[in-house]
Amino acid sequence: MFDFTLPSLGADMDEGKLIEWKVKPGDAVSKGQVVAIVDTSKAAVDVEIWQDGVVHELLIEPGERIPVGTVLATLLEPGEEAPPQGAARGGRQAGARAPAAPGAGAAETARLRISPAARKRAEALGVDLARLNGSGPGGAVTLADVEVAVQPGAPKAPEAAPAAHPAADRNAEMRRAIAAAMSRSKREIPHYYLSETIPMARAQNWLTQANEGRPITERLLMAVVQLKAVAAALAQYPEMNGFFRDGRFEPVQAAHIGVAISLRQGGLIAPALHDVGSKPLDQLMRELADLVKRTRAGSLRSSEMSDPTITVTNLGEQGVETVMGVIYPPQVALVGFGRIMERPWVEDGALVALPTVVASLAADHRVSDGHRGALFLAELRERLLRPEEL
Amino acid sequence: MNETGGKTKAGTGMPVQPGRPFAHRLLADMLRIRRMEEKCAELYGAQKIRGFLHLYIGEEACATGAMHALDADDNVVATYREHGHALLRGVPMDAIMAEMFGKAAGCSRGRGGSMHLFDAARRFYGGNAIVGGGLPLAVGLALADRMQGIRRVTACFFGEGAVAEGAFHEGMNLAALWRLPVLFLCENNLYAMGTALDRSESQTELCVKAASYKVPTLKVDGMDVLAVHEATRRAAQQVREEGGPFFVEFRTFRFRAHSMFDPELYRDKAEVEEWKKRGPIHSFSAQLKAAGELTEDGFLELDAEAEAEVAAAVAFAEAAPWEPVEDLLRDVTTPGATR
Amino acid sequence: MRISYREAMRQALHDALASDPRVFLMGEDVGRYGGTYAVSKGFYDEFGPERIRDTPLSELGFVGAGIGAALGGMRPIVEVMTVNFSLLALDQIVNSAALLRHMSGGQVSVPLVIRMATGAGRQLAAQHSHSLENWYAHIPGIRVLAPATIADARGMLAPALADPDPVVMFEHAQLYNMEGKLPDNWQCDIERAAIRRPGSQLSLITYGGSLPKALDAAAELARDGIDVEVVDLRVLRPLDTETIAESVSRTHRAVIVDEGWRSGSLAAEVMARIVENCFYDLDAPPVRVCSEEVPIPYAKHMEGAALPQPAKIVAAVREVLNV
Repeated sequence: MFDFTLPSLGADMDEGKLIEWKVKPGDAVSKGQVVAIVDTSKAAVDVEIWQDGVVHELLIEPGERIPVGTVLATLLEPGEEAPPQGAARGGRQAGARAPAAPGAGAAETARLRISPAARKRAEALGVDLARLNGSGPGGAVTLADVEVAVQPGAPKAPEAAPAAHPAADRNAEMRRAIAAAMSRSKREIPHYYLSETIPMARAQNWLTQANEGRPITERLLMAVVQLKAVAAALAQYPEMNGFFRDGRFEPVQAAHIGVAISLRQGGLIAPALHDVGSKPLDQLMRELADLVKRTRAGSLRSSEMSDPTITVTNLGEQGVETVMGVIYPPQVALVGFGRIMERPWVEDGALVALPTVVASLAADHRVSDGHRGALFLAELRERLLRPEEL
Repeated sequence: MNETGGKTKAGTGMPVQPGRPFAHRLLADMLRIRRMEEKCAELYGAQKIRGFLHLYIGEEACATGAMHALDADDNVVATYREHGHALLRGVPMDAIMAEMFGKAAGCSRGRGGSMHLFDAARRFYGGNAIVGGGLPLAVGLALADRMQGIRRVTACFFGEGAVAEGAFHEGMNLAALWRLPVLFLCENNLYAMGTALDRSESQTELCVKAASYKVPTLKVDGMDVLAVHEATRRAAQQVREEGGPFFVEFRTFRFRAHSMFDPELYRDKAEVEEWKKRGPIHSFSAQLKAAGELTEDGFLELDAEAEAEVAAAVAFAEAAPWEPVEDLLRDVTTPGATR
Repeated sequence: MRISYREAMRQALHDALASDPRVFLMGEDVGRYGGTYAVSKGFYDEFGPERIRDTPLSELGFVGAGIGAALGGMRPIVEVMTVNFSLLALDQIVNSAALLRHMSGGQVSVPLVIRMATGAGRQLAAQHSHSLENWYAHIPGIRVLAPATIADARGMLAPALADPDPVVMFEHAQLYNMEGKLPDNWQCDIERAAIRRPGSQLSLITYGGSLPKALDAAAELARDGIDVEVVDLRVLRPLDTETIAESVSRTHRAVIVDEGWRSGSLAAEVMARIVENCFYDLDAPPVRVCSEEVPIPYAKHMEGAALPQPAKIVAAVREVLNV
């Protein structure tokens, strides 16, 4: 007999709500099989099991909200006899196994078996690997599985966010999740804040030129130029990019920038735009548009939720001049951009009116110091002054 | 033939009195080796020289007598106690000292160190630190000469410790079987590291072993530079004329430990002191003085010359640059060829 | 023209002896006997006892003499009867041949070719069935070759002799009787691995005596519609990582076949390079088919069970492809 517990599906996930069981007692399950759908307050996520077995007892009813680590079901090992009636363990006691410190000791989830080639291809094609059934040795997801999945007519996995959830509920949950994450951030992360005013005339001129002759749908936005500039600056200052976990900083080489996207119904999600540093602006623009669309449609991929290594928030559209953000744990920095507006500027001893933007940095003092933060912002300014190199 | 220019005792071919310039050359060369190695010991203590350092002090008559009996074109294969052999082969002391320091100006570009002195232009093939490892190489060098019709002797130095190795027996057999011009020169200093000859060999008469392969032999006092020279000269002459190998045993003694790591627990101080009375430099200079061929001032002059050469070599080695570490992978294979 | 591997090797040796007076052949029973595997049959009469030099049973001595002769300006080909006996000469190969260039600071090179038979499969039992190519492939300073085709038997010796550094050449004893067509363009390099059978689903990487087994396995798999590429390493040191990586990046899967024992094998080295170079292209963990970790037994069925065989290779391929 073994337990199936609620895994942590994101660093900030403390609890979830069971939406649906995909199995019933007596069903044989195999490693990698989706057995339940759980709402993490941001999205409905398929939850897989990591061990072969036979479902013995489902302990949690759909609709229940449970902390990470709660035993959702018990299973028999392949070939194991079912214990006599009454000997089954109750779910509530098992639920007490939920970790005391949310997030810190969350139940370890076994790693999905995915071949490196399948992983690479899936990323390129935007396929959610967690939804695939593996055909390789040991049930591993292979390259072929990924390619089959993107062919037209491929069996669709159930759409996320079933309509069964009234919007009001969702919003309340999201509010709670944001509250938890931001409280944790302000409780744990010693923030420091810096800002820098950056002349944007060159960037604007360059963007105007670059967009000349393009159809509206293919035009680049300044937001993409800014994201790319942030990624370029991160390459020089890796201590702004990564995670602070278990008392130490884990730098990440690729810049997976969480783009703060406000939702129409209220609330905020900052899903990852992957590998911003290594992608051309055109591709980033397409991906950003897609990301915004899917975020607002509630169909994000799990990796987009858990991968951001830094967050960029742009409140320029809302008219503010300066943003002082709150870092999204376990990230270690947040970059904010305000409105691009003409300000008086002294250039070569003369006072002129120039378009400028205030870029701000909120960074984790456990990982970096103000000196490095200042250098990072200076690097960001230099990058935005040379948009043609981005 | 007597290339020393001295007088010959009737019937023996052994010179009793070498010509003065030649005798002074022998003495000067023994002093050069001695002073160089004393300096090496000092520099080892100062950590300028590292690794293994096997000193030849006490055995200088062997290399000095033997090297002067070889032609400049002959091949020489030596052991890891080869500083003196390299020096008398003509490798500049500067290059030897730089090698000991590990500098790129060393005779093996700092890649070999004390045990692997090489000089291809002078046909000095190392510097072999596997006991007995040089014997098959010497056989092969001689084979190449024979097949190319080159009349040349390959002199192969080794210690009595090598006699216990299979390579000695295989090399001796091949050289004799194929009648190859190899001059086997065994420097028997009585101890293979710390193991005395009679504790490692059932047959301690080494010439008997060589003779069992039908190799002609000579055994001489390795503390007597003239005796060494004459024996080597005669043996080399026979090899050159008749083609087959020759085995010469020099009975000698090293005054210092096996290497700088050796606490010398295996032999009596008294034995060392006894041998030191017969020190090759001391006894040869006394012999020359008695014959009126050397004055104390003359000796001091030779000694000062040796000291000056050593001082210059140390200065050279000190000043020489290190090889850049970017060159680490060079000289593993020969560049340019089929790669 | 159809010839045997033995004949191809004989022609290569004959060419070398006839075209360069510095070349000579030395080893146990290479002369009057005609070579243990009859590769040098007739040479003694044609080239004479100086250049077809019979040696005593002194592997350390005559391999060392070969090194010395190479230093002295010759181009010796030393034949060691089998890899098993080469252990007696290991000191000279590893401590002299491989190191002299480096220890002398680049002053001398050792242009020596050492040939030896290798491998099991003829019920010669534990002391005559070793496959220790990986020992030699571990050593910087020597090049290690494994001709496994008629063309390579014919073509590899000339570039090996032209190499200024020591070359160790392994001839799998099971290959000598293999017959095949000698292509017109048998001249070859001793740099690159070769793709012996192109394929798309998996790279079967091997060398020496295991190549025919791998090709048999590939043919059997092809009958079931499984398309496997066969890569012949040919040069075991320095390994041609580029060809290996190119193949595996394309097929996404690898099975390595090596008659050496698995632990510390060449197969392990190849696998390491695949993982280093192709990790993100792999669609399944690479798998090795090696000899079982037992001295090679005498009894035929036990010997067969100890060695890589086409059936084991087929099974390994199926495991990796999950078909």
